[in-house]
Amino acid sequence: MTNLFIPRDSAAVAVGAEEIAATAARRRGVTVIRTGSRGLHWLEPLIEVETPAGRVAYGPVGADDITAVLDAAIAGGAPHRLRIGKPEDHPFLKRQTRLTFSRCGIIDPLSWSDYVAHGGGKGLTRARAIGADATIAEITASGLRGRGGAGFPAGIKWKTTRDAKGDNKYIVCNADEGDSGTFADRMLMEGDPFALIEGMAIAALAVGATKGFIYIRSEYPLAIAVMREALGIARARNLLDGCDIEIRVGAGSYVCGEETALLESLEGKRGQVRAKPPLPAHAGLFGRPTVVNNVLTLATAPVILADGGAAYAKHGAAKSRGTMPIQLAGNLKHGGLFEAPFGLTLGELVTDIGGGTASGRPVRAVQVGGPLGAYFPPALFDTPFDYEAFAAKDGLIGHGGIVVFDDTVDMARQARFAMEFCAIESCGKCTPCRIGSVRGKETIDRIIAGENVAANIALVEDLCATMKAGSLCALGGFVPYPVLSAIRHFREDFEP
Amino acid sequence: MSAPIAWTPARAAEIILSLKHLDGACLPILRAIQAEFGHVPPEAVAMVADALNLSRAEVHGTFSFYHDLRAEPAGRTVVKLCRAEACQAMGGDALAERAMRKIGVDWHGTTADGRVTLEPAFCLGLCSTAPAAMVGERVVGRLDETTLGRLLDAAP
Repeated sequence: MTNLFIPRDSAAVAVGAEEIAATAARRRGVTVIRTGSRGLHWLEPLIEVETPAGRVAYGPVGADDITAVLDAAIAGGAPHRLRIGKPEDHPFLKRQTRLTFSRCGIIDPLSWSDYVAHGGGKGLTRARAIGADATIAEITASGLRGRGGAGFPAGIKWKTTRDAKGDNKYIVCNADEGDSGTFADRMLMEGDPFALIEGMAIAALAVGATKGFIYIRSEYPLAIAVMREALGIARARNLLDGCDIEIRVGAGSYVCGEETALLESLEGKRGQVRAKPPLPAHAGLFGRPTVVNNVLTLATAPVILADGGAAYAKHGAAKSRGTMPIQLAGNLKHGGLFEAPFGLTLGELVTDIGGGTASGRPVRAVQVGGPLGAYFPPALFDTPFDYEAFAAKDGLIGHGGIVVFDDTVDMARQARFAMEFCAIESCGKCTPCRIGSVRGKETIDRIIAGENVAANIALVEDLCATMKAGSLCALGGFVPYPVLSAIRHFREDFEP
Repeated sequence: MSAPIAWTPARAAEIILSLKHLDGACLPILRAIQAEFGHVPPEAVAMVADALNLSRAEVHGTFSFYHDLRAEPAGRTVVKLCRAEACQAMGGDALAERAMRKIGVDWHGTTADGRVTLEPAFCLGLCSTAPAAMVGERVVGRLDETTLGRLLDAAP
């Protein structure tokens, strides 16, 4: 029998993994095991064969290569033009520190025995043994900060929720990963769903929650399907400790990734942002104390509990502790998932690891942190990838997405798009965002048309100051980042 | 996903009954109605309001907030083309323009023969295999004009 590992990750499926899996399944003596993705997305579809010397990978396997690659793989990892060798020896993987993504791409996401064989379950076992207070202490000691983008210390959020009074409490997993250039939540849910479930069970135990919700965006049908199946298995195995978890699916709204809009949406309403206070930790879902954490934050809790908060905190830089699953995307030769301790510079990530542009042209701009993140020019490539270092350069790391543009990009159009996107996705509750985004788009249109350029740039800058200070949430409040950074670093694109 | 069936109030009532016990049931019910019938007719909004003891305005408010929900049926295949930054960086805008010219519709438009509805998506999480799209429930990446044209031609 030959074991072939073929990813069922959306990024692999989008470039032909299903066709390979179907062809391989017709071969005699072959067992096809569907996995998540290793995160070397430029090599997808990347398939692996088990050999006595370990797994051997081939990729990217195009439609015309399937037969020959399967022949070589089944022959014990024989040579072929697309043979990569052992995946773990690939420099892209070798340079990573995989803590949150340690199993992704390796195991069958829906095999509980695979999960346990690769270290799964230890975190929850330890949390049960040490109890709620010590569990929160480990999370606090780890220095783990919210991976959704805001970077709020997870331990403090959990402690606040634990200390809040409520007849019941909720754990809400924010899986509404709407930022362009990000896909780590999707990969984790598709490739290692039990890690998220275990993380939610740990959080529930820590704060005393009786119910959990995973809010997944509708653009992720495969992640929804895998999470549903994994939850069924977890329920059947009684892994949830009396805190049942329910999956809810979004309906196409970017702003529902904002935690209070997400709570409104979970309550069945319009996804409109709530004013804070009250914090969700005090009065969140249905008015009850609620932890809202991103997928990656929750999925990292098991490894922190298993190995201890101190071991996790050893990684990282300054106040950004641990590792960050960085997502390399856009016009990049080596796009994919790169989990590493905080502190690599942007230049290392884009040039050394990402390999520069896919088009072969010079890099001109890099947007970090999604559609509300700043555009950085290569002159800022020495910025270390951590929360404070990016804030100091008027940027943000957000959910860890890096989108690279070559020198064909028109930054005035990118600034216009940021305002247009904000106008489309604004929930409409606050005026700076609802009206400001529309007026911002119109004013940038005038700049592009060459009308009163200097005066209109000053107007956009003034508008951005109002939006930043006056918006209720990060949508209107952060859209000035891409707009102002484009004006500041790429002014020539706005001049006639 | 199976093809939508024709609207019947009786079937809608069954869906509502099967989900109304959920906390915050309004959105899950609207989603389920759309999954079944391909759209949420005004009559359904009234039924949901009645069942959940909400005003029609509240249910319409939820319905009209979300980009996925529609009052009229879409074309037989909904093509969601990603318009977000990672796909822009790989030529997504030009690809979208060509697609629109090819099938003769703008964003949110449906071809005259009812085959294809073109919707914008703001990120499908396929940013490292851009440009990307969703054709029905099928995800596709590394699109170029030829492959997208083939997919549009093959839509039933």
